[in-house]
Amino acid sequence: MSTVIENPPTQRIDVQERPLRSADPGFLADTWNVMVRELKPVFREPASVLFAMVQPLVFLGLFAPLLPKVEDGSALQWFVPGIIAMTALMGASFTGANLTQEIVTGSHERLLVSPLSRSSLLVGRSLKEVVPMLMQTAIILLVVTPFSFDLHLGGVLVGMAVLSLFSIGVGALSFALALASKDQDWLFWTVQQTLIFPVLLLAGVLLPLKDAPGWLQTAADLNPLKYVVEAERALFAGSFPVDAVSYGFIGAAVVAALGLFVGLRAMERSS
Amino acid sequence: MSEHTTQTPRPDGAMIRTRGLTKHFTRHKQTIEAVRGLDLEVAPGELVAFLGPNGAGKSTTLRMLTTLIAPTSGSAEVAGYDVVTHCRDVRRSIGYVGQGNAAGHQQRGRDELVSQGRAHGMSRQDSRRRADELLEAFDLTEHGGRPVSTLSGGQRRRLDVAIGLVHTPRLLFLDEPSTGLDPQNRANLQEQIRRLHTERGTTIVLTTHYLEEADAIADRVVVIDHGLVIADDTATGLKSGLGDLVTLGFATTDDASLAAQRAKARTGASVERTGATVTIRAAQGAEMAPGLVRELADAGTPVTRIEVAGPTLDDVFLDLTGRSLRESDDITEDTSDHISEGAAA
Repeated sequence: MSTVIENPPTQRIDVQERPLRSADPGFLADTWNVMVRELKPVFREPASVLFAMVQPLVFLGLFAPLLPKVEDGSALQWFVPGIIAMTALMGASFTGANLTQEIVTGSHERLLVSPLSRSSLLVGRSLKEVVPMLMQTAIILLVVTPFSFDLHLGGVLVGMAVLSLFSIGVGALSFALALASKDQDWLFWTVQQTLIFPVLLLAGVLLPLKDAPGWLQTAADLNPLKYVVEAERALFAGSFPVDAVSYGFIGAAVVAALGLFVGLRAMERSS
Repeated sequence: MSEHTTQTPRPDGAMIRTRGLTKHFTRHKQTIEAVRGLDLEVAPGELVAFLGPNGAGKSTTLRMLTTLIAPTSGSAEVAGYDVVTHCRDVRRSIGYVGQGNAAGHQQRGRDELVSQGRAHGMSRQDSRRRADELLEAFDLTEHGGRPVSTLSGGQRRRLDVAIGLVHTPRLLFLDEPSTGLDPQNRANLQEQIRRLHTERGTTIVLTTHYLEEADAIADRVVVIDHGLVIADDTATGLKSGLGDLVTLGFATTDDASLAAQRAKARTGASVERTGATVTIRAAQGAEMAPGLVRELADAGTPVTRIEVAGPTLDDVFLDLTGRSLRESDDITEDTSDHISEGAAA
């Protein structure tokens, strides 16, 4: 080894003399910190939200034109709410991949050794899912509104509340899956890819379920996304059927509760 | 989530104190005793290196001390707090630089420094000022706004250390800090660690399987093998018992053979011959060698080549375990992964 190692001139590493430790920020501040951290890459590169919505956009462009005419309203009016739900599902279910990357590269471990509580690490991450979901929805609405799609803003806003709950739940499940895949990174994608299309098809996202055989109807009835999609369709059409919207909220809330329960348990055990 | 504490750190006590610290992992119905009853004290202001081959238990020890995994039995106090019952107080008190990168690869370095400051309860303003200070101190100012994935290995490692120092901890843990760095970056990092220790009096515990690193920067070397502390001393202290290694080359095997017997008679040290080469391990071998060379020449077995080496920590390890540290690395490389995986279970 003939390399001469040139050391840089001496610099002081620390100029701060007074201790910087302050009070425990508490769960809400921790959660906010985690959420803001997760959102930083989204805001620094807003175009990144497009990557997660390539598939929904493909369906919108290449599948929607194939839909048969429906009696009430345009096919697009029926199809778009499902595609928005699909985008939410895909975006939120992909999100664990970021965590698997952070587990592999080490930043997850750094956060575990920081004073941030385990619960804030999960809840902050899951709450963040709402933001890209809203951005993606706005993009889809911008794309379709010039075509045969009527924008009913009030309904869309209520629909977003339902989808936010749903995204938080799916995001939390995706993080739980990422934590469970810690030592087998193939597991995350295998499970995510295996589940996503059955869930989509059994929610009537691509084609209506009303002519489906009984067994498929029964399976769809057990799928919370079906209720979410039905609520979205009603709301996006400008109507407000109390039962459908309530079922939508309940379906989304069940996913959120399940996701947070499973996610918190996984995060508590993370090391 | 609030873990209120009535326990206060003892200002004059040990920075780290473990009693019978033990960690077992169960993997494929087999129990791996990664750490077996570790008793260790580290005083404030020490710079300690845990040295051992991969899978020796040094990282597992560090993971217990940093609250990442709970001990199977025994106890550990870090910065005055119990690692199990007061884990959040421990986390507030320590800095940690893991084997991986502290900053998320999609993040910007400066954002991560600020976020870490906020996690430690610093105000937004303090966090930002501190982030800029550290970026400057680690020569990263112009890279603070770049995605971490685009930084070089050396830049990322400096950022890792900077993130570990955001809250000015009194105790810093570094897990294999220079693994994967080129010699120049390794030397720079070691220099920064040394300076942090001398200028700030920060207590530093690092793990390494580089003998040179432990030798170069640590005041105290704790040699760990198979989950046990097998030696605990200064690098000089560890080496002092071993003596120098004098290697003599001869023209022929017969010469070497005769010389070996003469050297043995003359020094009483441990002498080995391999072909035409004789090695002598002796205290003050360097001082003894010139006279020995002259005597052997006078006796008709002239030395054709001479090499005198002071003992290395590798010799220490070999002396303590009968294996060379590098050999052990090769043997245990595979199992170490399983042990760290076991930590997840």
